[in-house]
Amino acid sequence: MFDTLRLSRIPDSDEALRPAIRALIEKAISGLPADRRARSWQGFDASFSRLLGTNGYLGLTLPKQYGGSDRGPFARFVVVEELLSSGAPVAAHWIADRQSAPLILNFGTEAQRQFYIPRICKGEALFCIGMSEPGSGSDLASVRTRAERTANGWLLNGQKIWTTNAMHSDYMIALVRTSGSSADRQAGLSQLIVDLKAPGVTIRPIVDLTGDAHFAEVFFDNVELSDDALVGEEGAGWKQVTAELAFERSGPERIYSSVVLLDAWVRHLRDSGRNDSASAALVGRLIARLASLRAMSIACTARLVAGESPVVEASLVKDMGTGFEQDLPVVIGDDLASHPDEAIDPELYRTLMYVTHIAPSFSLRGGTREILRGIIARGMGLR
Amino acid sequence: MDTLELISPFAKLIEANCTPAQVRSIEAGGAPDAMWVAFAESGFLNALVPEASGGAGLSFEDICPLVQLLGAHAVPMPIAETMVARALLARAGQDWPDTPIVLASGIPGQSSLVPFGMIASHMLWDNGTTLVLAPSAGGSATGVHHSLHSFTLCPQTEGFARPEGGLMPISATLRAADIAGAANHVLALTVDYANQRIQFGKPIGKQQALQQNLAVMSEHCIAARVGAELAFATRLLPSLAAAATAKIVAGEAAAHVAATAHAVHGAIGISEDYDLQLLTRRLHASRLADGGEGYWSALLGDMHLKSGIGGVDFARSAVFGDAG
Repeated sequence: MFDTLRLSRIPDSDEALRPAIRALIEKAISGLPADRRARSWQGFDASFSRLLGTNGYLGLTLPKQYGGSDRGPFARFVVVEELLSSGAPVAAHWIADRQSAPLILNFGTEAQRQFYIPRICKGEALFCIGMSEPGSGSDLASVRTRAERTANGWLLNGQKIWTTNAMHSDYMIALVRTSGSSADRQAGLSQLIVDLKAPGVTIRPIVDLTGDAHFAEVFFDNVELSDDALVGEEGAGWKQVTAELAFERSGPERIYSSVVLLDAWVRHLRDSGRNDSASAALVGRLIARLASLRAMSIACTARLVAGESPVVEASLVKDMGTGFEQDLPVVIGDDLASHPDEAIDPELYRTLMYVTHIAPSFSLRGGTREILRGIIARGMGLR
Repeated sequence: MDTLELISPFAKLIEANCTPAQVRSIEAGGAPDAMWVAFAESGFLNALVPEASGGAGLSFEDICPLVQLLGAHAVPMPIAETMVARALLARAGQDWPDTPIVLASGIPGQSSLVPFGMIASHMLWDNGTTLVLAPSAGGSATGVHHSLHSFTLCPQTEGFARPEGGLMPISATLRAADIAGAANHVLALTVDYANQRIQFGKPIGKQQALQQNLAVMSEHCIAARVGAELAFATRLLPSLAAAATAKIVAGEAAAHVAATAHAVHGAIGISEDYDLQLLTRRLHASRLADGGEGYWSALLGDMHLKSGIGGVDFARSAVFGDAG
């Protein structure tokens, strides 16, 4: 089953990107403590994103004519792996580079491509995605935010919630209802680009249990949008979002969220001289899972390279990957607490507790565990 | 040679000679000669032997799908082991018998669990310092119902040069691919059953609780397969780190897949007449042979602790064999 998911190799030409991006990251974030680096794709630093853009590390999969590098998914895999395994703050450009630009490229008009994509590739146009609403989480097709046709565009009313980085973003690509009612489900949904500085848009950050405010509520009160706010076809929003989510779910970001903690813990073991076989076995089992997930993620990337949209395969890797990410703080917390005689660096403790507290989000963002398993079951012919 | 050109004839060979009835017969103590002759005459046993020594000169990577097929059909003979043994003997300039050879690792004078030890004429032993080809002697059956493994004393004699790291990495890698093949067949059987078995007026596969469990089962199957492919991606001898990764991931998958498959099948799954048990017994036996998760985890973890580098870099360099 799922026979196309096979071991694949990253081409040498893409591996060749690694030393330079690594040096750039090292220079930019060497002073950042582990508990800040553990934030990784929650870490917001617009100047770092612009630095990546200036050096050609954004838009790696996008055509040169729009400011990209035309290099493909494996180049992006290498760069993203370096960014995440070092804990670089990538939130500012993350969604624009991963999802919004490919979406605009695939479904947008030529004018939209030329207007947005070059700025995304420079790290100068920051995007968020408006999917969840107070009454629509996993049941995304029930969204009620509505855009009505006007003489020269759209009138937008409604509310989004849990929108990551809305308060720092320039634009939101929102999934909204443009015809029919919630009872029509997937039909009548469209994607609109909303300029978040437009009159009638109100953004309120939401503080999370770690003290960070990375997501927000966004209110639309008679927001006037021009005709060209629509991305792709009117009424095709569901199909477009599904294609977009394959990009969101298939990258290495779904296995590396806790890797800064793993490395901080292993440094602690080395520094304390702990090398008994029980400790080594804990480390080894986690490394085996990490390595096999990396192989699965590369296999999934190979499907993207082949021009497929590996929705089911990406769901498999994400479900297993987030399980690994969530097990790490549990295993490491137990290990450290089981050695109360060993001094713990407060930085390691803060890193552990940050990851422990934020870990539930790993299997919520981009589709919950239960939804993903439903997608896998459908792929196996069970529904 | 294109790998696909290998798979189809090997699959036909197995389908013709290793039906569930034939597997049951040999596991029950029936004569293995006819099945052995079919493999011997096919030429596949010399797959890894260099062309200069009269073999097919294939790489270890080429035979990964073949070993998975052996697991998928619960072939009750040391076919993959004989391929590897012949390749190692050819490299060392040694002769080999035409009969089944198994791979075994142990300490001289002590007993080891040897997969398919009851059905091999010879054992290629890694005694910790050298390789020794010895006739199968002094072994006893495990006494487990329909098991063909043996407990055998590791010989005290000296042999020829042993590869660095010994036989355990390659033996464990064979077990990992065997598990991957068996697990994927178990998954297919279980999904079929869930779609056919009606309870509460609909197929049990329509129940969300089952769907969620089967989704997790499929993840383990793919992890085991990709993990095995990672260790097979070599000319002949897998690295210690790649073999460890493959066996750890496959071992975890074996226990999980067997448990879920039986839970979905209900009582019929544990009856001898039903084919599922051929595969789930195989999963457990392969998991416990050639080092379990704990053994390989301690080795892999020790390597990582001593490496002094980050986890992703260690995985890339030690497990994937990437330079830089």
